[in-house]
Amino acid sequence: MTSGLITFYAVGALIVVFALLVVTSRNTVHSILYLVADFLAVALLYATMNSMFVATIQILVYAGGIVVLYLFVVMLVKQKSESELASDPRRRNVIGGILVAAVLGELVVLGVSNAISPAAPSVNAPGGVENVAMALFTDYLIPFEVVSILLLVAMVGAIILARREI
Amino acid sequence: MMGEVSPTHYMMLSAVLFMIGVFGVVTRRNIIIIFMSIELILNAVNINLIAFSLQWDNSVGQVFALFVIAVAAAEAAVGLGIILALYRNKETINIDEMNVMKW
Repeated sequence: MTSGLITFYAVGALIVVFALLVVTSRNTVHSILYLVADFLAVALLYATMNSMFVATIQILVYAGGIVVLYLFVVMLVKQKSESELASDPRRRNVIGGILVAAVLGELVVLGVSNAISPAAPSVNAPGGVENVAMALFTDYLIPFEVVSILLLVAMVGAIILARREI
Repeated sequence: MMGEVSPTHYMMLSAVLFMIGVFGVVTRRNIIIIFMSIELILNAVNINLIAFSLQWDNSVGQVFALFVIAVAAAEAAVGLGIILALYRNKETINIDEMNVMKW
């Protein structure tokens, strides 16, 4: 079994397990957190498929944007069964400290490894940013502009729908 | 570059993810969970698009994946706005109780 196949099975197992947890979890907030993990695993799969740009967009738009919308809506609507999420302030502080330490540790590791061997990824690789941008801004320029109009319309529509008067 | 992983592997994974999403849509009654299942289905589509982009060494699949992500963002924004408006009028997020358009 090659390393590529092992990576695929590991990432695929993560994706399937988190997706199952999303649809079977009783608590909606837990479900959303599993959804974040699932999106991150899918972004990892894209990264293994040499699609770095789509992986970045997946993290930015899905894990960063859409999931925050879901969390806002879950907090605005009242659930039938109220959950007690880390009501103990000491436990909350411990979890927050672990998260902060993990991110800081990752930054330190990245900085050290970058200082030892600076590696600039080639943008010309198959599936690299340059090829995607070339296709996006030449052959698919009009669909691209239509998508921007669609996003504008969706933004206006969401604002109108979420107003008090409806 | 990609070892022994063939497009069939990616299609199987995508089909499994798609079916998990369909399972969530048909079995859950919480409309927010149903929306999340739809996001899973869109992710399955994106995996297929990128797998074929990789297979044929063609960037167009990635361009379409970006379009799908943009449409998913628009769908989530409008859909969650509708959920908020519905909740304000009906005080529920259970789709069995949202039956004003049924006759």
